[in-house]
Amino acid sequence: MIYFNNVSKVYPKDSPSLENVTLTVFAGEFVSIVGHSGAGKTTLVKLILAEEKPTDGSVFFESVDIHKLNSKEITKLRRKIGVVFQDFRLLPNKTAYENIAFAMEAAGKIDEEILSDVPHVLELVDLGNKSNHFPHQLSGGERQRLAIARAIINQPEIIIADEPTGNLDPVSTHEVVEILKRINELGTTVILTTHNRGVIDAIGKRVVTLEKGKVVRDDKNGKYII
Amino acid sequence: MLWTDTKRIIRSGWKNFKRSGATSLASVLVMTITISVITTLIFLQAVLTSSLSGLQKKIDVTVYFTTDASETQILSLKSNLEKLGEVASVAYTPEDQVLQDFRDRHKDDSLIIQALDEVGTNPFGAVMNIKAKDPTQYESIVGVLDNDSSLAKDGTHIIDKIDYTQNKFVIDRLNAITKGAHALGFAVTLILVLISIIITFNTIRLTIFMSREEIGVMRLVGAENKHITGPYMIAGIIYGIIASVATMVIFVPITLWLGKNFSDFLGINAFNYFTGSFFQIFSIALLSGVLIGIISSYLAIRKYLKK
Repeated sequence: MIYFNNVSKVYPKDSPSLENVTLTVFAGEFVSIVGHSGAGKTTLVKLILAEEKPTDGSVFFESVDIHKLNSKEITKLRRKIGVVFQDFRLLPNKTAYENIAFAMEAAGKIDEEILSDVPHVLELVDLGNKSNHFPHQLSGGERQRLAIARAIINQPEIIIADEPTGNLDPVSTHEVVEILKRINELGTTVILTTHNRGVIDAIGKRVVTLEKGKVVRDDKNGKYII
Repeated sequence: MLWTDTKRIIRSGWKNFKRSGATSLASVLVMTITISVITTLIFLQAVLTSSLSGLQKKIDVTVYFTTDASETQILSLKSNLEKLGEVASVAYTPEDQVLQDFRDRHKDDSLIIQALDEVGTNPFGAVMNIKAKDPTQYESIVGVLDNDSSLAKDGTHIIDKIDYTQNKFVIDRLNAITKGAHALGFAVTLILVLISIIITFNTIRLTIFMSREEIGVMRLVGAENKHITGPYMIAGIIYGIIASVATMVIFVPITLWLGKNFSDFLGINAFNYFTGSFFQIFSIALLSGVLIGIISSYLAIRKYLKK
């Protein structure tokens, strides 16, 4: 589904952020990408989202080279990917309901669909009673659940969660991990980047370890080993 | 889908405007200042035009006829002149009236009246006062008078004197001043309007700069450019509408006060001019506000939309 073909990324005046990475993520997999800060996890995510271009190599989504797409095609590609960030990246001027509705509007969904699906997904992440709250009125855990709700609303083929538990307390972390596991069980591919040992051990699925921009381990039922 | 998109963009723009509170207020205030500058300049142009046209109205050419010029000839000349496109008006004063006016003017000066009585006959010829539509046209009107063959009676010219030559210097000078004032007025207007637009543009740019992360998020959830730029442009339109209405509200008491106290100084009654030209002034204010809002928002957001 996602294929990194000998990908390198070098930022100007910097050491390589990724170096000759070759990696395949299959449909329906739950892949955790682990590594210290600066190992290249976020760069990997940015390359999938076409936020950055590789210095060398290619990144494929299914059979399409992501970085050969024009901006309209990238927009369409992003609708197939749900993203969750450590800093939530919610729209601060929109309520919980509107944050999710915006993603549906962007995907060209009709009003009736929005009216029926948004309350449903809010219930799913246990925010049914907070649909009119703005992000600043929600706790960290609630914000992240809202971000997950936004990521899954358009039933994307893949969910990318970049350090989603980085700013959360243990209880919220557990909740977020459970939601991601449930999403994966329903057939959606999940790529999770983290450096939280507890999270990796709780998931017990494939673990790819990055170190200084290189893939150093790829374990099918991995544990956090660095 | 187009209507649904438009509806969503307008709704989202309005919500953005409402929820951005202080930021929206700052943009509206700055734009109100810009539109006030534009409206003030409209007033200044009106005052300038009125003052210059007042001055221009004071220019005329007086034709003094000889005492033996017949009234038929003078009236025929008057009718010929009135047919000329350049002539705005022709006022004829018969010789008796000229004499009477002279007597009235000098009624307290017994020496002059006595001298006039001693002459016995009317020493004054008839007088004709010509006003041109444009001060630059006096030269051609005077040319017509000089060359009109119907003005000769038995080979003698019935025109004694035309005071154009004496006034020529003043007329030419006034023409130069009028042209200069208009050019200067236009240049000052342009510069002030440009400065105001730049200030407004920067304020809106700052507003959008504060939303740059939000714009990034919108792009990441797969929003098309129209879904991202649209609401900001709608907010820009709203700034323009509110600012132009606010400017009109501010100008009511200002023009009322100016009209009461400075009509003589300005040459126009500011309030009457404001109410009389309200539709035009408001249209210019609204159009400027909306255009500045849309263009500024579009230019400011453009750089965050690049791939």
